[in-house]
Amino acid sequence: MTTTTGPAPSAAASRTRRRRIGSAAQVAAVILVALVFALPIVWMLAAAFKTNVQVTDPSVGLWFTPTLENFRSVFEAGQIVRSMGNSLLVGVVSTALSVVIAVPAAWAVGRFAMHRTASVILVARIVPAISLLVPWYYLFAQMGLVGSYTALVLSHMFVSVPLIMWIMISFFAGLPVELEEAAQVDGLSAFGAFWRITLPLAAPGTATASLLAFVFSWNNFMFALVFADERTQTVPVTLFNFISYASTDWGGLMAATTLITLPVILAALLGQKYLIAGLTSGATKG
Amino acid sequence: MGATGLATAPAGGKRRAPRGRLLRPARTFEQANRRLKWAMLAPALLFVGLMIVFPLVFTANLSLTDAFGAVNAGKEHVGLTNFTDALGDTRRFWPAVSRTVVFTVGAVLLETVLGLALAMLLRRPFRGIRWVRTVLIVPLLATPVAIGILWLLILDPTNGIANHLLASVGLPRQEFLGSVGQSLPTLMLIDVWQWTPMMTLLLLAGLTTLPDEPEEAALVDGAGAWQRFRYVTLPMLAPTLATALVLRAVDALKTFDLLYATKGAGGGSDFEVETLNVYAYGLTFDYQEYGLASAVLVLFTLFIIGVVILMRRRGGGKNA
Repeated sequence: MTTTTGPAPSAAASRTRRRRIGSAAQVAAVILVALVFALPIVWMLAAAFKTNVQVTDPSVGLWFTPTLENFRSVFEAGQIVRSMGNSLLVGVVSTALSVVIAVPAAWAVGRFAMHRTASVILVARIVPAISLLVPWYYLFAQMGLVGSYTALVLSHMFVSVPLIMWIMISFFAGLPVELEEAAQVDGLSAFGAFWRITLPLAAPGTATASLLAFVFSWNNFMFALVFADERTQTVPVTLFNFISYASTDWGGLMAATTLITLPVILAALLGQKYLIAGLTSGATKG
Repeated sequence: MGATGLATAPAGGKRRAPRGRLLRPARTFEQANRRLKWAMLAPALLFVGLMIVFPLVFTANLSLTDAFGAVNAGKEHVGLTNFTDALGDTRRFWPAVSRTVVFTVGAVLLETVLGLALAMLLRRPFRGIRWVRTVLIVPLLATPVAIGILWLLILDPTNGIANHLLASVGLPRQEFLGSVGQSLPTLMLIDVWQWTPMMTLLLLAGLTTLPDEPEEAALVDGAGAWQRFRYVTLPMLAPTLATALVLRAVDALKTFDLLYATKGAGGGSDFEVETLNVYAYGLTFDYQEYGLASAVLVLFTLFIIGVVILMRRRGGGKNA
């Protein structure tokens, strides 16, 4: 993070005027950009509070008397609440298991610069998930696991294990090895040094990685489409079914999309800095 | 140096010689932690082996069989028939290939140009940048299926706000996702809306690591804003740009949720947005053509790997 504005030292007085004009244009551009990205989301939030007549009348715009009717009908239908519970369960369990597997592995790779091992694992970011769906479906079907939480958790881990490793490798590589060395000289075992010294230092990175892993599990559509049944259905599949069965109930649809997007918006508001660090980690390392 | 007493430990650093580091700590650490290193890696390697490597081999094997219908039905090896079938199929396979390429190239190019412009715009911190960043990450983190549904509402041909806005400035109404011809371009634009922020954030992260001096020097030498960008900033940013391009291209090639949520199975009545991913999904779960689907997936996977290798070689990206 560099400081303040502009090429500070060389800025001569003659440049100030031009910079001020530039910054007015900049402000306008920034506002325009923010609107382009925010308005569709705002439109969704607004639609959730409109009556069904208002939703399909574009002239209503953003000024109307809000109603909670859509949320009431969505909650009454019940499925969305069950699905949110399922999504939460699958997201938490798959993320927790992935952390247990991926964080130690990331430590080993980051600490010992095992780039070849790392690339084997990170191939998972390249392989199309669907090419694994076929064999997973074959195996899970024969084990009677289609429709089970186990299948959902395992498939979601395919996304979260490489993601967490990707983020944590660069995190561990950035922690000084001297701390662990000192701890071992002072009598901790190798694992003890990792457990008592390195892991607590890695807590912020782990939190970021877990949050992102959870969000991607929450959003996952394809795996749930294949492996979930009525009982274990997750939120995106429920939304998808809403389109096919109730394509005219836009108010209800928007209430449902609002409900499932709200946690993500909250996360973005609260953990913006960490989420960005996680999303972009590894991209600038040489 | 290696011949002196320092290097006598027989098993010392098999892969990583104590280059430059003369004294104990580094090697002791390496040795003391060698067993731990593999113990820490084992669960992840096991997971990757069971859930990724083995399934990939399984898929490759399945692509050589006539697997069809029930998953426990018998299957026979049929050699490369599935591959010749797929590659000879000009009705579904090749159009899907071309849609995949068009979608990816179009969307990623736009995202790169816009993402770069946005990154330059947001480069210098200003009051309120926190809010702009928050606005930027919401599309990235929002559920793609929800995004798809949202845009279905906005772009609804008769009742959507998009046509309302077009009409209010005197432009003709559009069919958007309701027409065969406009569906793919429309979805590309939605993808651009959703993923340009990713490009921006990646490039912003790259920009913050750049030193200020070269640009200041160019400024002193009288270079204009465009010249500074084109000849100073852009070349320094090239490695990040290459990495970002690879990441985005790989994800764009695999786009599924948005396409499936908005156009349904088969990419619409006329297969108008059926990319390789959507095609392979339909073959597997709608038609139970496991053998043919596997062949398509093997080709698709090789294609993606090829793209990655090609882009990295040309772009000079060296990220792990």
